[in-house]
Amino acid sequence: MLAGVKRTVWLLRKRYRWDEVLSAYLFLSPSVVVFSLFMYFPILYTLYLSLHRWRLGKMSRTFVGLHNYQVLITSSEFWEVLRNSFYYALGSIPLNMAIALAIALLLNRKLRGMAVFRTAYFLPTITSTAAMAVVWLWIYHPDFGLANWLLDIIGLPRLRWLSDPRWAMPALIIMGIWKGLGYNIVIYLAGLQNIPQHLYEAARIDGADSWACFRYITWPLLTPTSFFILIIAVINSLKAFAQMHIMTEGGPLNSTTVIVYYLYEQGFKFFNLGCASAVACVLFAILLALTVIQFKVLSPRVHYLGG
Amino acid sequence: MYANALASWRGHPFVRRFSRTLGEVMAYVILAVGAIVMVLPFVWMISTSLKEAGEVFSYPPRLIPSHLAFHNYVDAWRAAPFGRYFFNSLFVATSVTLGQLISCSLAAYAFARMNFPGKALLFTAFLSTLMIPRQITLIPSFLVLRELHWLDTYYALIVPFIASAFGTFMLRQTFMSIPRELEDAAKLDGCSRLGFLWRVMLPLSRPTLASLALFTFMGNWNSYLWPLIMTNSQKMRTLQIGLRFLVCQEGGTNWGMLMAATVVVSIPILIFYLFVQKQFVESLTFTGIGG
Repeated sequence: MLAGVKRTVWLLRKRYRWDEVLSAYLFLSPSVVVFSLFMYFPILYTLYLSLHRWRLGKMSRTFVGLHNYQVLITSSEFWEVLRNSFYYALGSIPLNMAIALAIALLLNRKLRGMAVFRTAYFLPTITSTAAMAVVWLWIYHPDFGLANWLLDIIGLPRLRWLSDPRWAMPALIIMGIWKGLGYNIVIYLAGLQNIPQHLYEAARIDGADSWACFRYITWPLLTPTSFFILIIAVINSLKAFAQMHIMTEGGPLNSTTVIVYYLYEQGFKFFNLGCASAVACVLFAILLALTVIQFKVLSPRVHYLGG
Repeated sequence: MYANALASWRGHPFVRRFSRTLGEVMAYVILAVGAIVMVLPFVWMISTSLKEAGEVFSYPPRLIPSHLAFHNYVDAWRAAPFGRYFFNSLFVATSVTLGQLISCSLAAYAFARMNFPGKALLFTAFLSTLMIPRQITLIPSFLVLRELHWLDTYYALIVPFIASAFGTFMLRQTFMSIPRELEDAAKLDGCSRLGFLWRVMLPLSRPTLASLALFTFMGNWNSYLWPLIMTNSQKMRTLQIGLRFLVCQEGGTNWGMLMAATVVVSIPILIFYLFVQKQFVESLTFTGIGG
C-alpha cells in the first residue's frame, strides 16, 4: 500500500514539476471559480430544481419527480410556446439567409463605396436589441407608424401589427431579419473571400456563365458557411427575449410568448421555480441537440476544398 | 448555329464592357435600396426625436421636422437618470472586459505552455461551458447571487462574466504560435512565468486581445435579460434596462421624448463602432469561423 503511494508520487514527480503544476492551477483558478459558481453548479441545480415543486419565498421544496415535465407536455400552453419559438426561427432564418447571401455577393464585387454600404447593413447588428425594439415599437404604431404609412403608399390595407395576434409574430420576424442581416452578410463575405479565384478563372475558360459559376462553385463551397450561419441563427432565435419583452410582453393572446419569455414569466413573475427550471432543461436539450448536429451529423457532408 | 452567333456576340469587347457596366449599375441600385431600408429606422428615430408633440402625431409622417425640438433630449434626461445609467453600462462593460482579458490570459497560458495533471479534463470542462447558454443558468445564478447578497449590486453584473472559455481558446491558439525558444531564453534571464506572460506573450498577442476586448465589451454593453433580472433599484440599471422602464412609464405617448432617449442609448455604441469598425468586423469573422 505504502509502496504503491510512494511509486505514484515518484511517477508524478518524474512527469511534472511541482512549481509548474502549482502555477498552472493558480492561473486557472479564477476561471474555474467563476465557471463553478455560474456554469457548472447552475446547470446541475437547474436539473435538480426541475424535479421539485418550489415557489420562491416558501421554505418547503417537495420532490415531485418528472411531474413538472409531465405538466409541460400535457399543457397546450407549452406547445404553443414551442410553436411560437419555431415560428419565429423558421420565419426569419431562410429569408434572412437568402437576402444576406444576395447582398454579400453584390458587396463582394470590389466596387467603389462598398465600405459605406457594408457599414449601413451592419448598423442594426451593432446597436442593442432593446433600443431597436423601442424604435420598432414606434414604427409599428397603428395610427402614426412608418409601417402602416408604407402599406398606405403601396395601397394595402392597414394592420394593427403588434396588437393583432396574427400579425404580432410576423412583425417581430420582420424586425428580426432587419436586425440580424448584417451579421450574416459579414460571415458570408468571409466565406466568399475564402473561395480561390483560380476556380472562377478556370470555369470562365471552360465557358461557364455567371449562373453556372454560382451554381457549381460559389454555392457548394459556401455550404460550410451556410450551415454555420443556419445553426447559429436557430440557436440565437431560440434565445430571443428582449424584443418580446419590450414590444409585446408575450401577447396578444400569448402569440409572441417564446420559450425564454415563458421561462422568465414562470420564474420571475410567478416565482414558479420548479416549472421554470423544467422549461430551461427543455431549452437546453433542444440547443444541445442542435450543437451536436452541427458537430457530428452534418459537417462531414459539406464541401471542403483540397484533399 | 444560333448559339454560336450569340456566343460571338457576347464575346464582343464592346458588348462585354457594356454588360459589365450594366451589372455594376444594377448592383449599386440594389445595394442602395437595401441600405436605405436598413438605415430608415435610424433616420425615423432621429427625426422623431426632434419633432414637437403635434408633429409626431401628424399623418402622413414627415421625415424632416419643420423645426428642431431639442427639448425632447432635455425632457428625456430629466425623466430618467441617464447619466447614472450610462456610467453603470460603461463601468460594468469595462470591468467585465478587463476581468475577462486577465482570467483568459492566465488560463490560456496554463493550457498553452504548462504541464499539469488533469489538463485534458480541465480543457474539456472549459469546452463544455460553450454549450451552456446563460438563459439556462438564470434561475440558479439568481439564487447563488442572492446567497452571496450580491443581487442589485455591480458584482452581480460583473463577476459571473469574468471568465470565458471562448476567450481562453482564442488566446491559447495565439500563445501556441509564439516560439518556445523565447520562453527558454527568458527563463535563462531569470524572468518569472507571470513576467514572461506580461512582457512577451501579451504584447505579441495584441490583435487577439483587441478582438476579444471589442467583442466582450459590445456584447456586455447590449445585454438585456441578465441585468433585467439581477438588478431592481433604479440606480443599478444599465442603459438598456433604464430605457425599457422609461417606455413602460410613458405608456407609449411621448414618442418625441422616447426617441430622444433611444438616440442617447444607441449613439455611444454606434460612434464607438465607427472608430473600431475594421477591427470589429475582422474579430466577428474570426469568432464566426472559430465558434
